[in-house]
Amino acid sequence: MNDLLRRLLFLPDQASTFAKDVDQLHYFVILTTFVMSTAVGLTAIIFFIRFRRRSESQTTPHIEPAAWMEALFVGVPLIFFTAWFFLGYREFVRQFTPPIDSMDVYVMGKKWMWKFAYPDGPNSINVLRVPAGQNVRLLMTSRDVIHSFYVPEFRVKMDVLPGRYTQIWFNATTPGRYQIFCAEYCGAGHSIMRGEVIVLKPQEYEDWYAAQRRGLADRQDGAPTALDFAPPSGSMVDQGKRIAADQGCLKCHTIDGTRHIGPSWLDLYGRREKLSDGSVVLVDEAYLTESMMEPAQKVVEGFQPVMPSFQGKLTAPETAALVEFIKSLQSDAVRTGPSEGPAYAPIRGR
Amino acid sequence: MRLSEADSHALAGAPAVPDYLHDGTTVMSWLNTRDHKRVGILFLVSVTFFFFVGGLFALLLRLKLLQPGPFFMDALSYNRLFTLHGIVMIFLFLIPAIPSAFGNFVLPLMLGARDVAFPRLNLLSWYLYLIGAAVALWGMIHGGADTGWTFYTPYSSTTPTQVAPILLGAFIIGFSSILTGLNFIVTVHTLRAPGLGWMRMPLFVWSAYATSVIQILATPVLAITLLIVTVERLGGFGLFDPARGGDPVLFQHMFWFYSHPAVYIMILPAMGVISETVCAFSRKNPFGYKAIAFSSLGIAFVGFFTWGHHLLVAGQSVFVGGAFGLLSMFVGIFTAIKVFNWVGTMYRGAISFKTPFAYICGFLYFLVFGGMTGVALATTSLDIHWHDTYFVVAHFHFIMVGASVMAFLAGLHYWFPKMFGKTYHEGFGLVAASLIILGFNATFIPQFLLGNFGMPRRYYQYPDHFQALNVASTAGATLLGFGFVIIVIYLGIALRWGSRSESNPWGSKGFEWLTDSPPPTHNFDEIPTITQMPHDYRTHEPSGVIRVT
Repeated sequence: MNDLLRRLLFLPDQASTFAKDVDQLHYFVILTTFVMSTAVGLTAIIFFIRFRRRSESQTTPHIEPAAWMEALFVGVPLIFFTAWFFLGYREFVRQFTPPIDSMDVYVMGKKWMWKFAYPDGPNSINVLRVPAGQNVRLLMTSRDVIHSFYVPEFRVKMDVLPGRYTQIWFNATTPGRYQIFCAEYCGAGHSIMRGEVIVLKPQEYEDWYAAQRRGLADRQDGAPTALDFAPPSGSMVDQGKRIAADQGCLKCHTIDGTRHIGPSWLDLYGRREKLSDGSVVLVDEAYLTESMMEPAQKVVEGFQPVMPSFQGKLTAPETAALVEFIKSLQSDAVRTGPSEGPAYAPIRGR
Repeated sequence: MRLSEADSHALAGAPAVPDYLHDGTTVMSWLNTRDHKRVGILFLVSVTFFFFVGGLFALLLRLKLLQPGPFFMDALSYNRLFTLHGIVMIFLFLIPAIPSAFGNFVLPLMLGARDVAFPRLNLLSWYLYLIGAAVALWGMIHGGADTGWTFYTPYSSTTPTQVAPILLGAFIIGFSSILTGLNFIVTVHTLRAPGLGWMRMPLFVWSAYATSVIQILATPVLAITLLIVTVERLGGFGLFDPARGGDPVLFQHMFWFYSHPAVYIMILPAMGVISETVCAFSRKNPFGYKAIAFSSLGIAFVGFFTWGHHLLVAGQSVFVGGAFGLLSMFVGIFTAIKVFNWVGTMYRGAISFKTPFAYICGFLYFLVFGGMTGVALATTSLDIHWHDTYFVVAHFHFIMVGASVMAFLAGLHYWFPKMFGKTYHEGFGLVAASLIILGFNATFIPQFLLGNFGMPRRYYQYPDHFQALNVASTAGATLLGFGFVIIVIYLGIALRWGSRSESNPWGSKGFEWLTDSPPPTHNFDEIPTITQMPHDYRTHEPSGVIRVT
């Protein structure tokens, strides 16, 4: 029954402990709404059939409702509405009261990406990894305008405001990948300000977290990390392409010459770019690397300094692979068809 | 005296006094008129024009949404377009549509008055509307705004688009709204005909009165808010932008303190139109006159205490969220009272299924469905999933387009003979009504489902799995668009070639039908004395006595 109604109403999968409870009330409310609006419509039609105008000079009796009828008109909706309200408010309070044993993750929204930071150090862009069956509290703030953190499968949403912290919590029940949307309008990239929550089995999460911590510790020592020795899969260009999609580079930079939030990568290598301070720079390996690590240093004229630093997010081989990928993007080497806009890697196999 | 010329013609036994349409036919006689009926027609023409502009924007948006990826226009154009669609439809169509067009035309007639209390202010109200529209239009052409019609800070105080002229335009239009409200309140208090006590006033007047109260009390708050945003943008003061020490949620409180009651500015007059038409076409007294009249005032009152339900996930306290959720339920109760009484009015009536009645049926269905989904949204926990998704978009389109525009069309067809003295083609009327009701459902039912599915609003691109429902919605919108075009065609034909209608073609006993259709400039040769409740169909006697001199 639950599943049938959920599919009929196009509700997404129920992947958190809230989802089922919220949906139960949803069914009750929507079914009442359907029944009531149909009943009113049908009554009007029945009255029309029963009380059709028979002659143009017809007169009608003067009728006023009895007191009990008026009471019914007020009472019936009052009972339904207050029932909805109290059922809903109980759930609302629960959704806004994080349990004490919650695990904290810090969330920062900015145009147009999500950054997640775990208290012990690991952080990530656009991908939030959480263990299944664990209460997770998100402490959220924004660096520019208002955003809203929304995961439909969890039935969870909260605005992310600049200048203050807001919080929500959830307990993901089913391992899988779920899309994060920005639900508060925030400008040109609003609709591509998407990320994903990866819900891992507790053990997998522990392994991932330990690896992150180890990587972090290694990097602080300046020693090469395990990733540095990983066998390359495919050419450096292919690796760079994959990294660009994973890291969200392609949300702002196109690879077909279309102007977007950042400069397009097509024909970028070897070009002379005019910077916002008026000087000119030759785009070479050094400038590309610097732009990934300290993006606000040399901003190309006509673009906003909105890019985050990837210092500590990309290993040396990854940076090199990205540079190689950008170098490979020369217009004689790519298709000339119409723009398909910034690439977005779909995350769910629907 | 302004009317002496017409009066002296009548006294001299000249042929019939020219009706208001033929009393001066130069352009200046229209632009400089102080006749409430002509001001009403000026408003009707202006709001209809902007309705089609806003509708065109909507169709362009729907066209883009056929494809999940970039298509037809870029993200910035899309963002500007949905902002303009909202601003044009709300400030230039919905808010003035029924009060300023139909209200101006029929309210004095219903009260047995010769005009509104302040005819010059009334004309000024139309000019302010035009000036505001022109300023906003200037901003639209010179870059537009990409903030959404809600102008949320700090986005609106930092975006480089032309927000200031559009804010200023809305600010000026606000004064037009205030003047109309002021005029109606004074008119209702001072210009009622002999025998027309408060408890005999037509229900449209009650709802126009409640609307006017909201217009006067709430619009200044919007004006202040928009002015502060402009000052913040131009002067760099930090009032809403946290980077400059302001509070962005303060903006949302101030904005919705106006804009939630503004929703009732859009729906209350529509409810008034339905109260009139349902009686006229059921040929029946209003079932529960007092209940309908006082629930209008109830909505106007409670409407001021519900704004916080727009902020349930915006970071206000959980307790405050609950309080606003509960208060919002009362609007639902007052609306339910009205709905039951309208349906009750049909009971044992003599119902004639004319075009306006088709719109009444559409209205009832849309209002109940849209209203109950509104209560569902105020059910705090459900709002978390639905907030800022297409579910909200579908909900308020059900109320604003479903209910308000249905009532607008019902009123337009009901008062068309009153305004122009012409009859339109009934068959085309019913075809267009069916097309519109069908097309409307096909447009917005998929949007309810999209909201359930999790598609946020104001999305230029969307994941592929939302596409099927978006295509369905666009198909529905096309159907809806055709419906409106048909109406323009057959009403245009009726205006030019339509046959002369009778003075009271519906046999209605609303007070506005006591005079000729179209009425003479001074409305009544002699002020009528009201002897009955409005819409008393026990007899065929007219509901008032006019002593002809």
